[in-house]
Formats: sequence, C-alpha cells, structure tokens
Amino acid sequence: MAPKPKPDPWYQAIVDRHTPKKRVLRNCITAFLGGGLLCALAQTALFCLVEFADIPQEDASPIVLICVIFLTALFTGIGIYDKLGQKLGAGLAVPISGFANSVAASMLEHKSEGLVLGSGCNSFKLAGAVVIFGIFSAFVVVFIGWALQLI
Amino acid sequence: MLEEFLTQFFRAFVIGGAICVIGQLLFDVANLTPAHTMSVLVVAGSILGVLGLYPLLVDFAGFGAMLPISSFGNTLVEGAKEGAASGGFWGIFTGLIKQVSAGVTAAVVFGFFTALVFKPKS
Repeated sequence: MAPKPKPDPWYQAIVDRHTPKKRVLRNCITAFLGGGLLCALAQTALFCLVEFADIPQEDASPIVLICVIFLTALFTGIGIYDKLGQKLGAGLAVPISGFANSVAASMLEHKSEGLVLGSGCNSFKLAGAVVIFGIFSAFVVVFIGWALQLI
Repeated sequence: MLEEFLTQFFRAFVIGGAICVIGQLLFDVANLTPAHTMSVLVVAGSILGVLGLYPLLVDFAGFGAMLPISSFGNTLVEGAKEGAASGGFWGIFTGLIKQVSAGVTAAVVFGFFTALVFKPKS
C-alpha cells in the first residue's frame, strides 16, 4: 500500500463538516426494536407450533427457522427486505435472515452473468465469511476442548 | 398459558434485540463492515458455545438467542462436540456441520428459487 499522505487540517475540517453524522443511539434503538421483534415473532411461531400443533420443541425450532429463511428470500425477491434493512440496520442484518438475505440478494443480483458464473459463484460473497469463520473457529475451539479432555 | 407466552416473547425480544444492538455498535462505533461484524459474532458464538454459556442463553431466550447469527457458531460447536463424543478426533470433522444443515440448506434452496423467479432491479 502507498503511504498515507498527511491529512491537511484545513481539508480535514471540510471533510468532517460534510461527513453525515452517525446517529448511534437512534440506530441502536431501531436495531433493538427491529431485531427484538423479529426474534419475538419467531418465538411466537415456535410457541404456537408447540402448544397448538403438538410438535415437540426440537422438531419445531428448525421448522420456524426454515420458514423465517423462506420469508426472507421471498421479501428479498420482492425488494422489501433491502428497504427495511436500510431502516433497521443491524436489526435485520444480525439475525439468520441477514444471512439468508445476503445469499438470495447476491444470487439475484448476479443473475445476468449467468446461473453458474453469476449466481453460483457469487452466492456466498458475504455469507461465505460467516460459514468459513464459523466452521474454522468451531473446529479450533472444539479441538482444544477435546484435547484438554485427553490430558 | 398466556403468562408463559408473554415471558417467552419478552425474553426473546430483549436478548435478540440486545445481540442486534451489539451488531449495530460494531457497525457504527467500531466501523466494521457487515462481513466483519457477522464474522465477529459467529466466532463469539462458537467461543461462548464451547464454554457452555451460549446454550444457557438459548435455554433462557429461545429464538432470541437462536435467530441471531452468533447461534450459527454455537450450533456448529454443538454438532462438533456431539461428533467428538462419539467419534473422537475424526468425529469433530463428521459432526461439525450436521446441525446447521437446516439453515444453510434453506438459505441456498430459497435463495436459488428467488434468483430463478424474480427479476433483479435495475
């Protein structure tokens, strides 16, 4: 990388003045409400399946999860999810629906380049980081735990 | 029954919301990209999972802890632990991805359908 030029304080002042201010508190509140509501709705669906459909909890959880992902993919296709996501920020990005959205959105976005080279190759652009770091970190921590047990 | 429902609803809301706030703070205060934020949360989930803390959170908050992406790390750890218990070192490899199958498969299948059915914007 090229060495960074020293920032000109006069120029920096102009940059600061024109950079939009982040509203951290407001973003956090909307993320809390949006993400919390999504989780609570999923919990409601789980409660209904367990109470009214007599499905055992360990079978009902994946059903709810799959339904959430289905709805996310559908809303991504219609174009609602991205609009909502801009408003709710991390509230929609952090839940598993953010993962599903990133897969669906990148597959849709690169469709014009072909199903294989476009959709296929780009599908895990963002979600790939989650999968790779998840698998690697899970392997490392479980291996350490397993090895410590042997001693 | 209503009381139990409200308890579950409230707990899922608070814990799920809190994890999303952590994500938002990583966006805004730590200036991480979405990919970095997700990766941090997943790694945190797997570390908390192997320490036995994340399962407690799941017991307490249900989908409040199961829906955020940090649960992905925890679920991977659970599968790997199960594999290690039955198959030792090699079991870690065979068990790791077993339990996240639902999430990843659903994301790919429905993502594919989305790409086939809908038209990309612009």
